[in-house]
Amino acid sequence: MGIVSPGFHGRRRQGDVKLPPGQYLTDDFPVLSAGPTPRIDRDEWEFVVTTETGDRRRWTWREFRALPSETPTVDIHCVTKWSKLGTTWTGVSLDTLLADMDTAADHALARSYGGYTTNLPLEDLLDGRAWLAYRFDDEDLHPEHGGPVRLLVPHLYFWKSAKWVHGLDLLTQDEPGFWETAGYHDYGDPWLEQRYQGD
Amino acid sequence: MGPDTGAGAGTRAEAVVYEDTGAYQDGNALAGPLSEVFGVDVTRAAVRCTACGLAGPLPRLRVYTHAPGAVARCPRCEHVVLRLVLGNGTAWLDLRGTVGLRVPLA
Amino acid sequence: MARLAETRDETPTARTLVLDVPGWPGHLAGQHVDVRLTAADGYSAQRSYSLAAAADGDRVELTVQNVPDGEVSPYLTGVFAAGDPVEIRGPVGGWFVWRPDAPAPVTLVAGGAGAAPLMAMVRSRRAAGSRVPFRLVYSVRTPGDRWYADELRRPDPGVEVFPLYTRAAPDGWPRPPGRLAKGDLAAWAWPPEFDPACFVCGPTGFVEAAADLLVALGHDPRRIKTERFGPTGG
Repeated sequence: MGIVSPGFHGRRRQGDVKLPPGQYLTDDFPVLSAGPTPRIDRDEWEFVVTTETGDRRRWTWREFRALPSETPTVDIHCVTKWSKLGTTWTGVSLDTLLADMDTAADHALARSYGGYTTNLPLEDLLDGRAWLAYRFDDEDLHPEHGGPVRLLVPHLYFWKSAKWVHGLDLLTQDEPGFWETAGYHDYGDPWLEQRYQGD
Repeated sequence: MGPDTGAGAGTRAEAVVYEDTGAYQDGNALAGPLSEVFGVDVTRAAVRCTACGLAGPLPRLRVYTHAPGAVARCPRCEHVVLRLVLGNGTAWLDLRGTVGLRVPLA
Repeated sequence: MARLAETRDETPTARTLVLDVPGWPGHLAGQHVDVRLTAADGYSAQRSYSLAAAADGDRVELTVQNVPDGEVSPYLTGVFAAGDPVEIRGPVGGWFVWRPDAPAPVTLVAGGAGAAPLMAMVRSRRAAGSRVPFRLVYSVRTPGDRWYADELRRPDPGVEVFPLYTRAAPDGWPRPPGRLAKGDLAAWAWPPEFDPACFVCGPTGFVEAAADLLVALGHDPRRIKTERFGPTGG
């Protein structure tokens, strides 16, 4: 630990709200950015699932929006230490999208417009725990927050909730994504504080 | 790598427009953390982008730091040249986007 | 480790911190330091600040703009008191620097808080007795936002200062308020034929615009060095 600066507290958790270890509460919605923001026309947008055998399933915007949607209210936890509680999204459950896929895969790699990737166990995308979200707080999802569509996997650190999601590769072997190949944890459970490799 | 590069706002494959949000700094921003890794000042180093071949001093890179780690991109093509994550007393440095690092000694 | 020796208020929202750093190895104008604050429970936050003064023994100066909802700057400009310790690392950065033995004329273009490392260059020039001619184009919103105002008003032979106001100018000021334009740099920056060294520092959008204007005026991009402040202030 460094030299303690007298009177410095930093951004702290407030009150008795239960937050994952090391997180502080924020009311705004910080925008993280690791590159230029892609602007994707909905007419151009598509979502593509590719299985381990190379089979592909593709949804256009119109097809995607014709699927039944849900409106989950969830807490989100960013690895840069902010947490935001009670966020409301509208999206399509991955259970719906993956229902008919014939796969023996255990792993998934989400791919985004702009080149971002992140890996997750396939089971973490199922059972009502993950969505393709297209609305936030009753408004169309803004590009800076990943619109038109982002992955939403709130039980893991928010870098797993890929912005500008374009597709999902279903894999029989784990393939680390953008941050996971640069020192971040493969799984990223905020309650276990799995920030970095080795945590 | 001159400052006259607005390539971030251009189009690429996929028919997607990339908006330059200006949310980046110069490569100078990496001086502190990289000097911890290398023990020398690598902001005087030259890099060459593996995607478009543009060569220039490391401070000309665009560094996005409002992210889980620092991401340095080529100012012409926005290819990721270098990534640096600091945490748990460890530095993870990924240089896959540069064909080399030419560092002047003394 | 550093200790706060004294402070000077530059504006109602910006404060210069004069720090004593025993064993400071010296620095070049344009370099910065990383300041790390640690709370009693181990929580820490770090920011980079440009060194604002010329090398002077164990003393260094930083100027900090208070960002109201920031995490570090409200502490440094409000709570941090004379005698308090702080962890600093540096000097760092060897590219955005001016060396007193450099013979070329110098154009400095500052936007807001970008004045700090450029002021270090002006002060280093004076400390070294350099006679290289300097021109400083300094863009601020209003006259009250100028840092180092008294010092820059005092005569300093060979240093010309051109303030530029984007929101409100003093009464009778010849240039109407507005963003830095090509004509400003055509009039005030050393012309490209003089082969000046150009240093541009400020918020990212300002630096982008100023560097583009210098290139459009015919300056060699390799002679333009920039330091952009990112979005993560505070």
